[in-house]
Amino acid sequence: MLFQPAIIALLLASLVGTVMVTASVPFAVGVLRGWDTASGSENQLEMEKRTYLVSTLLVVVLVSELASLILFVFNADRMSSLFVGAMCAVGTLNINDWGFPTLYLKIVVFFAASAWLVLNHVDSRGFDYPLVRVKYGALIALAPLMAAAAGVQLAYFLGLRADVIASCCSTLFSGATQITTDKLAAIAPEASLVALSAALGGMMVLGRRALVTGRGAVAYAVLSLVTFAIAMEAVVAAISVYVYELPHHHCPFCILKGEYGHVGYALYLPLFTAAALGVGGGIAQSSARIGSLAEAAPRIMRRCVGWSMAGFGLFGAVTAWLIWRSHLILIEQSPVNSILSILPGGPP
Amino acid sequence: MIHLSDVRKAFNQGKSNEFWALKGIDLSVRAGKVTVFRGPSGSGKTTLLTLVGCLARPTSGRVRLRDRDISGLPERFLTDIRRSTFGFVFQQFNLLKGISAIENVMIPAYPLGRDRKELSARAHALMESLDIGPKAHSNAEWLSGGEAQRVAIARALINDPEVVIADEPTANLDSERSQQFLGIVETLKASGKTVLMTSHDPLVCDTAVVDHVVTLRDGQLVETR
Amino acid sequence: MSVWLHKQRNLLDFTLSSLSRRRGKTLGMMAVYTAIVFVLASVMLFAHAIRQEAAVVLAKSPEVLVQRMVAGRHDLIPARHLDAIKAIRGVQSAEGRLWGYLFDPAAVANYTLMVPTNPRIEPGMVVIGDGVVRVRSADPGDLMSFRAHDGTLVQFKVDKAIGRDSALVSADLFLVSEDDFRRLFGIPAGLFTDLAISVRNPREVAKIAEKIDAALPDTRIILRDEILRTYESVFDWREGMLLVLLAGSILAFAIFSWEKASGLSAEERREIGILKAVGWETGDVIRLKMQEGLVVSLSAFLIGYLLAYLHVFHFGAGLFEPVLKGWAVLYPKYRLTPFVDELQVATLFFFTVFPYTIATVVPIWRAAIVDPDTVMR
Repeated sequence: MLFQPAIIALLLASLVGTVMVTASVPFAVGVLRGWDTASGSENQLEMEKRTYLVSTLLVVVLVSELASLILFVFNADRMSSLFVGAMCAVGTLNINDWGFPTLYLKIVVFFAASAWLVLNHVDSRGFDYPLVRVKYGALIALAPLMAAAAGVQLAYFLGLRADVIASCCSTLFSGATQITTDKLAAIAPEASLVALSAALGGMMVLGRRALVTGRGAVAYAVLSLVTFAIAMEAVVAAISVYVYELPHHHCPFCILKGEYGHVGYALYLPLFTAAALGVGGGIAQSSARIGSLAEAAPRIMRRCVGWSMAGFGLFGAVTAWLIWRSHLILIEQSPVNSILSILPGGPP
Repeated sequence: MIHLSDVRKAFNQGKSNEFWALKGIDLSVRAGKVTVFRGPSGSGKTTLLTLVGCLARPTSGRVRLRDRDISGLPERFLTDIRRSTFGFVFQQFNLLKGISAIENVMIPAYPLGRDRKELSARAHALMESLDIGPKAHSNAEWLSGGEAQRVAIARALINDPEVVIADEPTANLDSERSQQFLGIVETLKASGKTVLMTSHDPLVCDTAVVDHVVTLRDGQLVETR
Repeated sequence: MSVWLHKQRNLLDFTLSSLSRRRGKTLGMMAVYTAIVFVLASVMLFAHAIRQEAAVVLAKSPEVLVQRMVAGRHDLIPARHLDAIKAIRGVQSAEGRLWGYLFDPAAVANYTLMVPTNPRIEPGMVVIGDGVVRVRSADPGDLMSFRAHDGTLVQFKVDKAIGRDSALVSADLFLVSEDDFRRLFGIPAGLFTDLAISVRNPREVAKIAEKIDAALPDTRIILRDEILRTYESVFDWREGMLLVLLAGSILAFAIFSWEKASGLSAEERREIGILKAVGWETGDVIRLKMQEGLVVSLSAFLIGYLLAYLHVFHFGAGLFEPVLKGWAVLYPKYRLTPFVDELQVATLFFFTVFPYTIATVVPIWRAAIVDPDTVMR
């Protein structure tokens, strides 16, 4: 099973990413101990040069994490034909206990890496690098997280066993796979859509306030993550159903497939970007108290929050469009209308 | 405009071949004047120029640009200050080979994100004013010494800096071309620029256009005039 | 925003101009890179096309096959089992199939004999696959004769040849009528090689298989999905093995790009020094060098992939056939149906661009941290 090209690629990517971050840990420790911006000693100059390497590596890690997240889901979906009872990615991920933890850890690593990069960006705008210790402390924390993600992924792939043609009937009737999203799917679509529209509306109000007054971005950051969760929940409980036009098909992965025009990417990419930038806005805001960042941090915060709002708005717009386009009428007196009225830009 | 107090610079710090190029310099450079650093090779005049021009950070001591202490700034910010405040003309001119003269002139402005059209218009105007307009599209390696230097000057002026720094500007030129160079320095001074040069050429040190001459030896100031 | 855009544009312009300035080095790098992409992409496209081909063929095969087992070996199945199966609810149709292998001493090759039901073949006639046409240089109207099980001669007249569309599976086909088949092997009427069953609702396949198993305990049941699965994993495995072998070349490539990126010429170092002295920041230089790498790798990827596409789908993948296609004597000659898969492109991209980027990060950084005052020393 390990010899699948996509699996080799995924293992390679997470291994290399982990190695790169882990290899930076000794340097990070050195920074925590000996960083002194005021000094012009060669040791300090060397360290400052090293920071360029670390931030470049982290950019590479972030991009590869995002790419491997997509590849992972894509591959899981494709492999479903190899397993009895698996119809799409959900089935493949359920083959053993490590599938979904791998996915969740990958998402966590993605957010952690993007938060680190925002931190890095903010820090590099302050002439005395005021956050340098926080930043490298965070890097030390990131290393075990990435190692865990890589390890869990390896465990998942090692645990996959391909089925071979059964030469006796006993292997024919392996049980159908249990789907973990049952619980999520059980939530009423009305409730999830109302929650989603409330959350998106809340994000817009908070975001506007942050843009105008320059305050409240930390609350925005926390709510971004909450909204992210609510939005994922709404995808499972309601939005996917509208896409498939089948009342009982709740899969959050199938919407990525070509059969549905890869529409899932139009949902997930804005959503992930928006949540990551929302968190970034909070990070920028909380560092605005530092003297050397008093001017740059609020600017970065506004940029993050602005783009984050655009991302959430896009997610809402795509959702509304999908529901409007769908032939399925799930809810008679539909909350769709209420979403349309709340969303910026109104109905499509 | 630029003030140095007890500035020291070491190379290969902590190793057996540790070497202090500057051993405690106190100096002020005044705005709108032409200053020359003079001294034998190895006296530390070029190192001093790199510290004044934000090309490097002192190992200890303070460098102030107007009211701002820039000695502790990381490279990122030093670069920011450098490219808006200083223009450099190097001894070897240091033009990039294989690209045209005008592209060479525009290079310092690329990271500033200026509009390409405006930039090219400005580069052309600068080259016209330095009488090298017709050479704009020749490759850098085809230029004569004097032309190359003027391209280098145009490059130094592309971001409209307050200070122009020239390292041994006449070392590779004959007397006539050296005179032409000093003519250019005069126009720069007239337009309000501060000019800083290193030189041990008496032709440069004794010209009327030079306001101050600072003499160095073994990393220390010997004489200020 | 526009400042940012202008900056990117200026940097990109400069990237392209410096790439074209070092034409020799750039082209050399591109050539090696393109070759790597070409080899990897050829393997992947080929393996995938074959898998696809097999899937297309299998899609026409019956959902359930029932074979009789005697002492653990596949045996002829009596026709009365058909009635038992037809009685099961959900079974749309069930019919007996006759097929087997025939060794042809004249060609030293094995043919796959089959009795098609639709359209039926006239007794005495034969329809042959492309491979058979080649080894026997047989044309329609020619006669072919074989010794039957009892030593008598059975003669066939070639009716027509099967086209090359799906030659991968049909190359060694030899289609005859039921009577001829029974005569050749001495199989009495009422016995079949196996039974093919089609099911009305695909979701009930497993259920029906269970019922057949209960009703006919001496049989084994093969589901089409199971065959597909096995095919997939077998081909994946082969492709993976090849890729592992090729990992060596990827590694060599990574070392090569490291070497190239770190072995910056004195001229390039001087250039970076100049750029930094005139006001470029370390970050700008890193961006510039990364862009150079990106331009090279993206174009090499596109060219390599395009070449691989042509190689596999227009020139019959001459390089890999023996490894991937298998062991048949009647080697199929055919054109694969072009098929490009997104996952595959993504994987390939990962395999080539990712190692290159990783290998060049450190050397690029090393070059970019040159002190700006070096040009004055």
